[in-house]
Amino acid sequence: MPLQKKAVLGILSDNLRRRGSVLPLSRRLHTRWARGLGIPLGGETVIYTGQMYQLIPAISKMARRMASLEDSWLTRVMGAGRVVNKVLNISWFLSRARRRERAVYDSMLRDIALLLRASGVEFGYLYGDDMYTGALVHDQGVDSALAAHARRVVAALQAHGVKRLITVDPHTTHMLRSVYPQLIEGFEIEVRSYLEILDERGLVPREMHDGPVVVHDSCVYARYESVVDSPRRLLTSIGAAVVEPELSGVWTHCCGGPIESLFPRRAHEIAARRVEQLAESLSTAHVEAAGRGEQGERSQRGTVAVMCPICLVNLTGAAEASAGRYRDISRLLADSVIGDRARWLARRERGQKALPAAQADVEADPGVLPSAP
Amino acid sequence: MIRVDEEFLGSLDGPFDAAACMSCGVCTALCPMEIGSLPRELFRHAILGLAERIRQQEDTIFSCLLCRSCEASCPAEVPITENVRILRRHLVKHQLGLGE
Repeated sequence: MPLQKKAVLGILSDNLRRRGSVLPLSRRLHTRWARGLGIPLGGETVIYTGQMYQLIPAISKMARRMASLEDSWLTRVMGAGRVVNKVLNISWFLSRARRRERAVYDSMLRDIALLLRASGVEFGYLYGDDMYTGALVHDQGVDSALAAHARRVVAALQAHGVKRLITVDPHTTHMLRSVYPQLIEGFEIEVRSYLEILDERGLVPREMHDGPVVVHDSCVYARYESVVDSPRRLLTSIGAAVVEPELSGVWTHCCGGPIESLFPRRAHEIAARRVEQLAESLSTAHVEAAGRGEQGERSQRGTVAVMCPICLVNLTGAAEASAGRYRDISRLLADSVIGDRARWLARRERGQKALPAAQADVEADPGVLPSAP
Repeated sequence: MIRVDEEFLGSLDGPFDAAACMSCGVCTALCPMEIGSLPRELFRHAILGLAERIRQQEDTIFSCLLCRSCEASCPAEVPITENVRILRRHLVKHQLGLGE
């Protein structure tokens, strides 16, 4: 018996209504990535995570549990689960992720923040008010839950006086840039992906990337938001040899993520098909690198660059033994531009202290975004 | 017997727009889900007002990845994924009872 749509969608939309997210995370968990970075609260320009990276370990755990329920007798009692979830957050128990996995996704957000700083972009962060945007509920058509939630998100942005949002994943970018303006009258906050901003400002690599990089485009970035060229230009700028898989750019192939919550087995099949295509490109890149006489394991093996956390978790789940070759694009860029993160932060802190007081004030103002997007 | 609900299209929450579809089948051929009725046949049912058929295809409607692979290739520029979302909204409200 397949998963009960009414129960699954009911739990997710009840959570959004009652707890502010489809899989609620505590403030401590969803803001932990920013610890020690000294990002100011609020400002006219803020980095907006929409909690997507932070949610992935929980989503992944939940999907594994759902997959084990699919076709079992337990699907018959899922309706009761929804009733209980209204009082007691059972989704928290079902989606409790390992600390180590959470730390990996947190580190991607830290990399994105450091890359923005390295490019001279000053920004704030809303901490507890950086809310999930409701992408999953929107996709599943539970609009009654979405409208009220979107109003809460926008009210928080307005309360902080936000004028520009720097988004970090395709789903949050799409919701805020294309869906919210249709839902909320007068929503005029400028929304740009960090990839577009980094591309506009340019990166200065400390160490050039060694080896081929196969690009996996997110459907939402490529076909909804036209973010196709920026990631390629950024990868090229750090020295990566960009390799296009059989289906890329606006013709990219889905990772299966959008149906993970209702049809986990089919989602895994779709991801496995995409992994096959990417593996073929990696294999071709490997042969070409060897043919050019390039030395070293990394230069020959190649990497897959992924720019969506949902794609990343689905593809790595299907890639099994080769999962280690899939990297969030932020990791590749930060390895080249930032290098040792702790040292980079320490150097920057020393540099800030050495600045004359007036200049330091300007740099600390999160509202100042040179060449505002 | 097939029952036609003439009010079906009008009852949908949103501008369901598949009138330009010329049934060329490119969308179905390219769909990663490889479900024969997705999306072309499904839209035909909606246009004809076959509400019961739409309700019977709940799994198909929720299986759509919304990846827009079909839309990128559609020669008639039908807003396919938005249409699927509209059908989902209809099912969420009238079949799953999650509208409120």
